[in-house]
Amino acid sequence: MTDLARKRPEFRNINALSDLPTYRLPAAGWVSILHRISGAVMFLLMPFIIWMFDNSLSSEISFARFTSAFNQGLGFVPGWLVTLVVLGLIWAYLHHFIAGLRHLYMDARHAVSKEFGKSSAIVTLVLSLGLTAVLGAKLFGLY
Amino acid sequence: MSVNYGSKRTVVGAHYGLRDWLSQRVTAALMALFTLVLLAQVILTSGPIGYETWAGIFAPQWMKFLTFAVIIALIWHVWVGVRDIWMDYVKPVAVRLVLQVFTIVWLVGCAGWAIQVLWRL
Repeated sequence: MTDLARKRPEFRNINALSDLPTYRLPAAGWVSILHRISGAVMFLLMPFIIWMFDNSLSSEISFARFTSAFNQGLGFVPGWLVTLVVLGLIWAYLHHFIAGLRHLYMDARHAVSKEFGKSSAIVTLVLSLGLTAVLGAKLFGLY
Repeated sequence: MSVNYGSKRTVVGAHYGLRDWLSQRVTAALMALFTLVLLAQVILTSGPIGYETWAGIFAPQWMKFLTFAVIIALIWHVWVGVRDIWMDYVKPVAVRLVLQVFTIVWLVGCAGWAIQVLWRL
Protein backbone atom coordinates (compact mmCIF):
# COMPACT_ATOMS: atom_id res chain seq x y z
CA MET A 1 0.00 0.00 0.00
CA THR A 2 2.82 2.39 0.80
CA ASP A 3 4.28 1.59 -2.60
CA LEU A 4 1.09 2.63 -4.30
CA ALA A 5 0.63 5.72 -2.21
CA ARG A 6 4.10 7.06 -2.95
CA LYS A 7 4.13 9.53 -5.80
CA ARG A 8 6.00 8.04 -8.73
CA PRO A 9 7.76 10.17 -11.32
CA GLU A 10 5.68 10.71 -14.42
CA PHE A 11 7.25 10.78 -17.84
CA ARG A 12 5.61 12.56 -20.71
CA ASN A 13 7.26 13.53 -23.99
CA ILE A 14 10.43 11.77 -22.94
CA ASN A 15 13.47 13.73 -24.00
CA ALA A 16 16.25 11.49 -25.29
CA LEU A 17 18.97 13.77 -23.89
CA SER A 18 17.62 14.90 -20.53
CA ASP A 19 15.32 12.03 -19.45
CA LEU A 20 16.77 8.83 -20.89
CA PRO A 21 20.24 8.97 -19.26
CA THR A 22 18.66 9.22 -15.79
CA TYR A 23 15.85 6.74 -16.45
CA ARG A 24 16.76 3.44 -14.81
CA LEU A 25 15.22 0.56 -16.69
CA PRO A 26 14.54 -2.64 -14.69
CA ALA A 27 16.14 -5.89 -15.91
CA ALA A 28 12.93 -7.01 -17.60
CA GLY A 29 12.82 -3.68 -19.41
CA TRP A 30 16.35 -4.21 -20.71
CA VAL A 31 15.44 -7.68 -21.95
CA SER A 32 12.38 -6.25 -23.66
CA ILE A 33 14.06 -3.38 -25.51
CA LEU A 34 17.10 -5.53 -26.38
CA HIS A 35 14.73 -8.15 -27.78
CA ARG A 36 13.40 -5.51 -30.15
CA ILE A 37 16.81 -4.01 -30.98
CA SER A 38 18.38 -7.43 -31.62
CA GLY A 39 15.46 -8.34 -33.90
CA ALA A 40 15.79 -5.11 -35.87
CA VAL A 41 19.57 -5.56 -36.22
CA MET A 42 19.17 -9.09 -37.57
CA PHE A 43 16.47 -7.86 -39.96
CA LEU A 44 18.74 -5.14 -41.35
CA LEU A 45 21.78 -7.42 -41.59
CA MET A 46 19.82 -10.29 -43.14
CA PRO A 47 21.57 -9.99 -46.55
CA PHE A 48 24.94 -10.30 -44.80
CA ILE A 49 23.71 -13.36 -42.88
CA ILE A 50 22.54 -14.98 -46.11
CA TRP A 51 25.85 -14.02 -47.75
CA MET A 52 27.60 -16.00 -44.99
CA PHE A 53 25.12 -18.89 -45.38
CA ASP A 54 25.76 -18.86 -49.15
CA ASN A 55 29.56 -18.66 -49.06
CA SER A 56 30.10 -21.04 -46.16
CA LEU A 57 28.04 -23.79 -47.82
CA SER A 58 28.29 -23.45 -51.61
CA SER A 59 31.82 -24.77 -52.22
CA GLU A 60 35.26 -25.09 -50.68
CA ILE A 61 36.39 -22.03 -52.64
CA SER A 62 33.54 -19.91 -51.31
CA PHE A 63 34.16 -21.37 -47.84
CA ALA A 64 37.73 -20.06 -48.05
CA ARG A 65 36.34 -16.67 -49.08
CA PHE A 66 34.01 -16.82 -46.06
CA THR A 67 36.80 -17.59 -43.57
CA SER A 68 39.18 -15.02 -45.08
CA ALA A 69 36.57 -12.29 -44.55
CA PHE A 70 37.41 -12.51 -40.82
CA ASN A 71 41.12 -11.93 -41.47
CA GLN A 72 41.49 -10.01 -44.72
CA GLY A 73 38.19 -8.19 -44.47
CA LEU A 74 35.33 -7.89 -46.91
CA GLY A 75 35.53 -5.19 -49.58
CA PHE A 76 36.21 -1.94 -47.75
CA VAL A 77 35.26 -3.45 -44.35
CA PRO A 78 38.32 -4.53 -42.32
CA GLY A 79 38.52 -8.04 -40.88
CA TRP A 80 38.28 -6.98 -37.24
CA LEU A 81 35.00 -5.20 -37.99
CA VAL A 82 33.58 -8.28 -39.75
CA THR A 83 34.56 -10.29 -36.66
CA LEU A 84 32.94 -7.76 -34.36
CA VAL A 85 29.72 -7.64 -36.41
CA VAL A 86 29.51 -11.44 -36.45
CA LEU A 87 30.03 -11.57 -32.67
CA GLY A 88 27.28 -8.95 -32.37
CA LEU A 89 25.00 -11.07 -34.55
CA ILE A 90 25.70 -14.15 -32.43
CA TRP A 91 24.75 -12.18 -29.33
CA ALA A 92 21.66 -10.73 -31.04
CA TYR A 93 20.51 -14.20 -32.06
CA LEU A 94 21.11 -15.75 -28.63
CA HIS A 95 19.47 -12.89 -26.77
CA HIS A 96 16.46 -12.95 -29.08
CA PHE A 97 16.31 -16.74 -28.74
CA ILE A 98 16.49 -16.88 -24.93
CA ALA A 99 14.18 -13.88 -24.45
CA GLY A 100 11.80 -15.59 -26.88
CA LEU A 101 11.85 -18.81 -24.84
CA ARG A 102 11.10 -16.67 -21.77
CA HIS A 103 8.12 -15.24 -23.65
CA LEU A 104 6.85 -18.67 -24.66
CA TYR A 105 7.21 -19.95 -21.10
CA MET A 106 5.27 -16.97 -19.73
CA ASP A 107 2.57 -17.46 -22.38
CA ALA A 108 2.24 -21.12 -21.50
CA ARG A 109 2.25 -20.64 -17.75
CA HIS A 110 -0.11 -17.66 -17.87
CA ALA A 111 0.49 -16.64 -14.26
CA VAL A 112 3.93 -15.24 -13.54
CA SER A 113 5.11 -13.34 -10.52
CA LYS A 114 6.98 -10.06 -10.38
CA GLU A 115 9.97 -11.90 -8.88
CA PHE A 116 10.03 -14.43 -11.70
CA GLY A 117 9.92 -11.60 -14.22
CA LYS A 118 13.01 -10.08 -12.68
CA SER A 119 15.02 -13.23 -12.05
CA SER A 120 14.30 -14.69 -15.51
CA ALA A 121 15.28 -11.37 -17.09
CA ILE A 122 18.65 -11.46 -15.33
CA VAL A 123 19.15 -15.09 -16.37
CA THR A 124 18.38 -14.08 -19.98
CA LEU A 125 20.93 -11.26 -19.96
CA VAL A 126 23.68 -13.35 -18.35
CA LEU A 127 23.05 -16.53 -20.34
CA SER A 128 23.02 -14.77 -23.71
CA LEU A 129 26.35 -13.07 -22.98
CA GLY A 130 27.85 -16.30 -21.62
CA LEU A 131 26.77 -18.36 -24.63
CA THR A 132 28.08 -15.62 -26.94
CA ALA A 133 31.49 -16.08 -25.31
CA VAL A 134 31.32 -19.87 -25.77
CA LEU A 135 30.25 -19.69 -29.41
CA GLY A 136 32.65 -16.85 -30.11
CA ALA A 137 35.48 -19.01 -28.78
CA LYS A 138 34.31 -21.82 -31.05
CA LEU A 139 34.07 -19.49 -34.04
CA PHE A 140 37.60 -18.24 -33.61
CA GLY A 141 39.01 -21.70 -33.03
CA LEU A 142 39.88 -21.47 -29.34
CA TYR A 143 38.65 -25.05 -28.82
CA MET B 1 -10.50 -15.07 -36.30
CA SER B 2 -13.86 -15.89 -37.88
CA VAL B 3 -13.97 -13.95 -41.16
CA ASN B 4 -10.87 -12.08 -42.11
CA TYR B 5 -11.70 -11.14 -45.70
CA GLY B 6 -14.53 -9.45 -47.60
CA SER B 7 -17.08 -6.94 -46.35
CA LYS B 8 -17.84 -8.92 -43.16
CA ARG B 9 -14.25 -9.11 -41.96
CA THR B 10 -13.52 -8.21 -38.36
CA VAL B 11 -11.40 -5.09 -38.25
CA VAL B 12 -11.63 -4.29 -34.55
CA GLY B 13 -11.82 -6.15 -31.26
CA ALA B 14 -9.61 -8.14 -28.96
CA HIS B 15 -9.11 -11.07 -31.34
CA TYR B 16 -7.87 -9.12 -34.33
CA GLY B 17 -4.20 -9.72 -33.54
CA LEU B 18 -4.57 -13.34 -32.47
CA ARG B 19 -3.46 -14.78 -35.82
CA ASP B 20 -0.30 -12.64 -35.87
CA TRP B 21 0.40 -13.38 -32.22
CA LEU B 22 -0.04 -17.12 -32.69
CA SER B 23 1.92 -17.35 -35.94
CA GLN B 24 4.78 -15.47 -34.31
CA ARG B 25 4.87 -18.06 -31.50
CA VAL B 26 4.53 -21.10 -33.75
CA THR B 27 7.25 -19.92 -36.13
CA ALA B 28 9.42 -19.13 -33.08
CA ALA B 29 8.99 -22.66 -31.76
CA LEU B 30 10.02 -24.14 -35.12
CA MET B 31 13.10 -21.91 -35.30
CA ALA B 32 13.99 -22.78 -31.70
CA LEU B 33 13.94 -26.47 -32.65
CA PHE B 34 16.19 -25.76 -35.65
CA THR B 35 18.54 -23.74 -33.44
CA LEU B 36 18.94 -26.61 -30.98
CA VAL B 37 19.54 -29.12 -33.80
CA LEU B 38 22.20 -26.90 -35.38
CA LEU B 39 23.78 -25.76 -32.12
CA ALA B 40 24.15 -29.30 -30.83
CA GLN B 41 26.05 -30.34 -33.95
CA VAL B 42 28.31 -27.28 -33.87
CA ILE B 43 29.15 -27.42 -30.17
CA LEU B 44 29.63 -31.20 -30.06
CA THR B 45 32.17 -31.11 -32.90
CA SER B 46 35.64 -31.08 -31.43
CA GLY B 47 38.31 -29.04 -33.15
CA PRO B 48 37.90 -26.47 -35.91
CA ILE B 49 34.91 -26.88 -38.21
CA GLY B 50 36.03 -27.14 -41.83
CA TYR B 51 33.98 -27.07 -45.00
CA GLU B 52 33.31 -30.84 -44.96
CA THR B 53 31.83 -30.82 -41.45
CA TRP B 54 29.81 -27.66 -42.00
CA ALA B 55 28.37 -28.70 -45.38
CA GLY B 56 27.81 -32.19 -43.92
CA ILE B 57 25.38 -30.76 -41.39
CA PHE B 58 23.18 -29.48 -44.22
CA ALA B 59 23.62 -32.53 -46.44
CA PRO B 60 20.85 -34.88 -45.17
CA GLN B 61 17.45 -34.44 -46.83
CA TRP B 62 15.67 -34.03 -43.47
CA MET B 63 17.96 -31.09 -42.63
CA LYS B 64 17.13 -29.44 -45.99
CA PHE B 65 13.45 -30.08 -45.30
CA LEU B 66 13.77 -28.46 -41.87
CA THR B 67 15.90 -25.57 -43.13
CA PHE B 68 13.41 -24.75 -45.88
CA ALA B 69 10.53 -24.68 -43.39
CA VAL B 70 12.65 -22.51 -41.08
CA ILE B 71 13.37 -19.98 -43.85
CA ILE B 72 9.62 -19.57 -44.46
CA ALA B 73 8.95 -19.41 -40.71
CA LEU B 74 11.71 -16.82 -40.29
CA ILE B 75 10.31 -14.51 -42.98
CA TRP B 76 6.82 -14.75 -41.52
CA HIS B 77 8.12 -14.15 -37.97
CA VAL B 78 10.18 -11.14 -39.06
CA TRP B 79 7.23 -9.67 -40.91
CA VAL B 80 5.09 -9.74 -37.75
CA GLY B 81 7.89 -8.33 -35.61
CA VAL B 82 9.09 -5.56 -37.92
CA ARG B 83 5.53 -4.51 -38.67
CA ASP B 84 5.04 -4.19 -34.89
CA ILE B 85 8.04 -1.86 -34.74
CA TRP B 86 6.68 0.35 -37.55
CA MET B 87 3.22 0.41 -35.96
CA ASP B 88 4.70 1.43 -32.59
CA TYR B 89 7.03 4.21 -33.72
CA VAL B 90 5.90 5.46 -37.11
CA LYS B 91 2.60 7.30 -37.07
CA PRO B 92 2.31 9.04 -40.49
CA VAL B 93 0.46 6.60 -42.74
CA ALA B 94 2.49 7.43 -45.87
CA VAL B 95 5.85 6.81 -44.18
CA ARG B 96 4.55 3.63 -42.56
CA LEU B 97 3.32 2.32 -45.90
CA VAL B 98 6.68 2.99 -47.54
CA LEU B 99 8.49 1.20 -44.69
CA GLN B 100 6.11 -1.76 -44.84
CA VAL B 101 6.55 -2.08 -48.61
CA PHE B 102 10.33 -1.89 -48.11
CA THR B 103 10.06 -4.62 -45.45
CA ILE B 104 8.13 -6.92 -47.77
CA VAL B 105 10.53 -6.39 -50.69
CA TRP B 106 13.52 -6.90 -48.39
CA LEU B 107 12.09 -10.11 -46.90
CA VAL B 108 10.91 -11.61 -50.20
CA GLY B 109 14.33 -10.92 -51.73
CA CYS B 110 16.14 -12.46 -48.76
CA ALA B 111 13.88 -15.51 -48.76
CA GLY B 112 14.51 -16.09 -52.47
CA TRP B 113 18.26 -15.84 -51.98
CA ALA B 114 18.30 -18.20 -48.99
CA ILE B 115 16.13 -20.78 -50.76
CA GLN B 116 18.32 -20.53 -53.87
CA VAL B 117 21.38 -21.31 -51.72
CA LEU B 118 19.62 -24.22 -50.06
CA TRP B 119 18.33 -25.79 -53.26
CA ARG B 120 21.62 -25.92 -55.12
CA LEU B 121 23.35 -27.79 -52.29
